[in-house]
Amino acid sequence: MGTEFVQLSLAPLLTGLFAALACALPGNFLILRREALMGDAISHVVMPGIVLAFLITGGITTSAMLIGAGAAAGFAVLMIAFFTRIARIEPGAAMGVTFTTLFAAGVMLLERSDTSGVHLDVEHALYGNLESLVWFAAQGWGSLLEAEALRALPPELMRMSLVYSLIALLIALFWRPLAISTFDEGFAITAGIRVRALGLGLVLVAALAAVAAFDAVGSIIVIAMFICPPAAARLMTNSLLAQVLWSQCFAAFSALAGYVLAGYGPIWLGYPNSVSAAGMIATLSGLILAAAALFGPCRKRAGQTSGAQALA
Amino acid sequence: MNEVIASLTLQSGYNATLVSLGAAMLGVAAGFCGSFLHVRKRALVADGIAHATLPGISLAFMAMVVLGGDGRNLAGLLAGSAVTAVLGFFAMDALTRRTRLAEDAAIGAVLSSFFGFGVVLLTVIQAMPGGKQAGLQGYLLGSTAGMLQQEAWLIAMAAGLILALSWLLRRPFTLIAFDPGHAEASGFPVRRYDLALLALATAVTLIGLKLVGLILIVALIIIPPVAARFWTDQVEQMAWISAVIGGASAYLGAALSSALPKTPTGPAIVLIAFACLLASLIFAPKRGLVARALRGRV
Repeated sequence: MGTEFVQLSLAPLLTGLFAALACALPGNFLILRREALMGDAISHVVMPGIVLAFLITGGITTSAMLIGAGAAAGFAVLMIAFFTRIARIEPGAAMGVTFTTLFAAGVMLLERSDTSGVHLDVEHALYGNLESLVWFAAQGWGSLLEAEALRALPPELMRMSLVYSLIALLIALFWRPLAISTFDEGFAITAGIRVRALGLGLVLVAALAAVAAFDAVGSIIVIAMFICPPAAARLMTNSLLAQVLWSQCFAAFSALAGYVLAGYGPIWLGYPNSVSAAGMIATLSGLILAAAALFGPCRKRAGQTSGAQALA
Repeated sequence: MNEVIASLTLQSGYNATLVSLGAAMLGVAAGFCGSFLHVRKRALVADGIAHATLPGISLAFMAMVVLGGDGRNLAGLLAGSAVTAVLGFFAMDALTRRTRLAEDAAIGAVLSSFFGFGVVLLTVIQAMPGGKQAGLQGYLLGSTAGMLQQEAWLIAMAAGLILALSWLLRRPFTLIAFDPGHAEASGFPVRRYDLALLALATAVTLIGLKLVGLILIVALIIIPPVAARFWTDQVEQMAWISAVIGGASAYLGAALSSALPKTPTGPAIVLIAFACLLASLIFAPKRGLVARALRGRV
């Protein structure tokens, strides 16, 4: 657990951790508001935005990615609004049409353009490449205290930790209005809370997390982080604060254990190659949810007995 | 350009012709069956099921290789994908019925975690001798490349069967879509027909894996019905129109993908279907934008 760990594993481990935490945090409110589909849509839509940004600027700098993804998200919102209001298509169908079409467009663009200069291809877009975030400038744990080594940390890690801090700050700042508008929108409106602005803000925060995490863990795994840790947390408690904290614990555990299992698990079993870290993180978050669904103290609906009513 | 025209007019060889026609049958079945899912408002469950196929595909590949066979055998891969697809469906169902999670959260959770596990297995296969995923990547976004004749036949036959079964069950499907409460109260076995509809949707998903890929197959189930809705008020008409749109989109997409380089099949089909949607949205009589504008009611 010495120099090699710090050089090869520390940065990806922390990046994965911050990505998971950053997505799980707004995910709590998305699932409480029955907007889990929005999380699905966001993670499909940021991909074409990033591809466009690359095609226009020729590289993938942070600002280009953010602007591209932001533009794509904005376009998607307009498209959905057009479908629901003008074409009068029902909202679920409108969202499904929008995010699949935009994702298809993104893949088509990606395949037909020359991205050999940058590490951007379809596999990468789907499940990222955490393992590539090496920190060769480090020479051991002591490098954490050396400014020069720190400056050579992979930019993805800096980006992800910054975004997570920002999201945590925003959620903390807007905690009360968010909570009220999530649980009782009518009351929130009468209390003067700007519910529509808040809703939009939540979507933007989720999109920010998705864009920042995209490069490290890809789009599909972002959905796992939006939904699984908060959903598992929801089954553990009735308190919003406790749920959010549980979701952070579950996200952290998924990220840390997932990375370790993916990187070292095969070696422990005698196989030389590691497996996909992002995939393992998503799998673990699903397993945690399964455990919560089987044993969580607050898993049942109000008034539900073990003979569950049919909802299908 | 000549290749494109040849491909579209079924003159690129027997193989390519079969692939295009198989794709057309798939599109027809997806469009028809998808209409009932659309009116029942459960189309996105198909997305969860589709993503849940990935671990099954990988496991089937590994099993076939271990048993000494060809890991890429389509029937074997589809059998494997069916197993995890059904597991995924039961997971979504259990989450929605036995916990306080809503359906959208259940779908998203199963979609992402099963897919994540599938990705892990893909990386295991990559490291296997002779693995290099042996073209399994094609099941993510669809591919016409190297498709065998018997595979095209399998898809076309299965699509025909799904279409026939959907047509036979069209009345019960319509009933459970529009008034499930009344139906259930009258003793109608709503759940049984719900499961039948989802089973047919799963079958469409499975046969679409090779051509459209698991990530985008849901689009072929969602977009044609939405497009067809603009042309009619009646469910059965909508289903047939949707079938035509689905079939045409799949046919054109597959033909173009075969003829042009760097044109992935799944995205090609989806983008063409979307173009049909836009055309319907704008030009359909009565419900299209142009018609509404002419009546002064946009």
